[in-house]
Amino acid sequence: MKRKILSLAMMSTALVASAAYAQEATLTIESWRNDDLALWQEKIIPAFEAENPGIKLVFSPFAPTEYDAALNAKLEAGSAGDIITCRPFDRSLGLYEGGHLSDLSDLSAMSNFSDVAKAAWQTDDGSATFCVPMASVIHGFIYNKDAFNELGIEEPTTEAEFFAALEKIKEDGTYIPMAMGTNDQWEAATMGYNNIGPNYWNGEEGRLALIEGTQKLTDPQWVEPYATLAKWKDYLGDGFEAQTYPDSQNLFTLGRAAIYPAGSWEISGFNTQADFEMGAFKPPVQNAGDTCYISDHTDIGIGMNAATENAEAARTFLAWVASPEFAKIFGNALPGFFPLSNEPVELEDPLAKEFVSWRGDCETTIRSTYQILSRGEPNLELETWNASANVIRGAETPADAGQRLQDGLASWYAPHQ
Amino acid sequence: MQTRRTRWHIAVFLAPAVLVYTAVMIFPLFNTLRLALFTEVDQSRVYVGFQNFRTLFFDPLWSEQFWNALGNNFWFFLIHMLVQNPIGVALAALLSHPRLRFAALYRSAIFIPTILSFVIVGFAWKLILSPLWGIAPSMLDAIGLKSLFAPWLGKEEYALTTLALVSVWQFVGIPMMLIYAALLSIPEEILEAGEIDGITGASAFWKIKLPLILPSIGIISILTFVGNFNAFDLIYVSQGALAGPDFSTDILGTFMYRTFFGFQLQLGDPHMGSAIAGAMFAIILVGVCIYLFGIQTRMRRYQL
Repeated sequence: MKRKILSLAMMSTALVASAAYAQEATLTIESWRNDDLALWQEKIIPAFEAENPGIKLVFSPFAPTEYDAALNAKLEAGSAGDIITCRPFDRSLGLYEGGHLSDLSDLSAMSNFSDVAKAAWQTDDGSATFCVPMASVIHGFIYNKDAFNELGIEEPTTEAEFFAALEKIKEDGTYIPMAMGTNDQWEAATMGYNNIGPNYWNGEEGRLALIEGTQKLTDPQWVEPYATLAKWKDYLGDGFEAQTYPDSQNLFTLGRAAIYPAGSWEISGFNTQADFEMGAFKPPVQNAGDTCYISDHTDIGIGMNAATENAEAARTFLAWVASPEFAKIFGNALPGFFPLSNEPVELEDPLAKEFVSWRGDCETTIRSTYQILSRGEPNLELETWNASANVIRGAETPADAGQRLQDGLASWYAPHQ
Repeated sequence: MQTRRTRWHIAVFLAPAVLVYTAVMIFPLFNTLRLALFTEVDQSRVYVGFQNFRTLFFDPLWSEQFWNALGNNFWFFLIHMLVQNPIGVALAALLSHPRLRFAALYRSAIFIPTILSFVIVGFAWKLILSPLWGIAPSMLDAIGLKSLFAPWLGKEEYALTTLALVSVWQFVGIPMMLIYAALLSIPEEILEAGEIDGITGASAFWKIKLPLILPSIGIISILTFVGNFNAFDLIYVSQGALAGPDFSTDILGTFMYRTFFGFQLQLGDPHMGSAIAGAMFAIILVGVCIYLFGIQTRMRRYQL
């Protein structure tokens, strides 16, 4: 190491005239996306370094489950990297309030993002934005096109059509109508409740009203999605109570199930696993012609370690991440993780294209429980997992579930007291 | 007159064990108990006395979870006592039969699951019992009992019992080995003397061997108790930190984990987590004390 520095120093004295202007900095990026290591090393980092000589990037990811604990420990010890990949909402807000993330509100490239996109990395009053929004995931349903053609089913657009399609698949008996289980609980909430729900609570309108306390979880628009979920029970496979998330994925990609309630993050995995053609339809609306709402959930952001010694270089990098150029590389390399910048990005994957096209047709929102509402005990997000799974298993009625969640929320959240 | 020399070697020989044990056991234990007396307000630690325990036992949101987990823990323990230990004793009795062939083979086969990791056991049984790919439904189908199959791990009423039985399957080797060793230590002369008095076969087991191995059974019971009330891994591996369905498999270990480290959007609360850990410690301590002072001291021992 010493020798390297020495030789670098000698080289720089030799090249002092040319090197004097270029920044010399190495930025280390902390991330939980260890799946994306190849993408960063082969595409993103070369593209950035080509444009910004003098700044070197090192992508050093952790396993997703270890990331938060490891990052906290490194930040406390002062050994964390310069760039920090941000989880949405409270995890990152906590880091910002703890003085570990820098305020990036004055980064000019921030104007490339809508308010919904930035909401996940802002203080509650919206005065400071501390991470650049990087990608979101969109909910909807992926289906087996061969199965639909065989049975003569069209993509359903209304709820009546949706259940008619399920009924038809069930009667035929070749396919399991829908691949989902309640064992892991989160599928029921994330791919169930928060997938179809925005059509009931009118997306942002309902979500914000819930945060303000003007709507309650016992209101019909919050309970009815549970009633619809309860009807799914008859169309899930045998023994769905013990079916896990990987089970559901396998059921669908093996061609045994016709419809998969999905998040767009499944796309790249399904593309390699399934050998049939897949299509996607958005969550069906209640009546034909209703405005549709989709969950376009902000999932990944990227920010700057407040203790970094290379602040200038880090800001250069973050401005580049906010640019359309990064969005194009990222969006195409990871179909299913959609860039959040206002400027539309041309995607190549047909399934990803289908998902992202809904942004033009529908109003977008994020998962209802993520902002502010999951700060207290009991945790509303986890309660929603539990309630969604209970309702599908038939262990709790939709009204009871709504009441229980409302009571839990009201126990700690002032606007609901 | 000879002065008493300080016996330094005692301290020297004890030091490594005492130091290591203090560093990895005693200090963390007391620090956890200390942590339970604090809470965090505006990112600084505040002393609150027994407030966390009051919340845990009397706040309905917490106490409901706590009593549910404690009840599940007792059920988990009960299944082990009723199934694992009797089977362990029976297997040991069979294995110690002098005319049993391949005894060593059986002994190893039954003991092997004990050395497997929880992760492997949990995952393997999850696959065996899977309604989609598992062999349990097809095996039941082969003998015409398919109707008896249910997705056990996904049903509130069966999930905990199923997991307890999986744990029994894994650990039945331990009581078997301990009892087996105890049985082997019974001198032949005693059994022969009994035979002369006409006590043979099953009655020799009930009247001679069982009273002699009772202290071992006591030790096994207390090991089972401590093990079960510290259990966590198997439930976590097979049902996740939320211990579904609807918290029906939630035990103190998973409850503590969820609270201490947080889960998904729920941030970790080390102070409440420590309070739960403190309650677990107290429960185990009381259980062990009851055994040590209430049962073990009264147990009749025979000089062999």
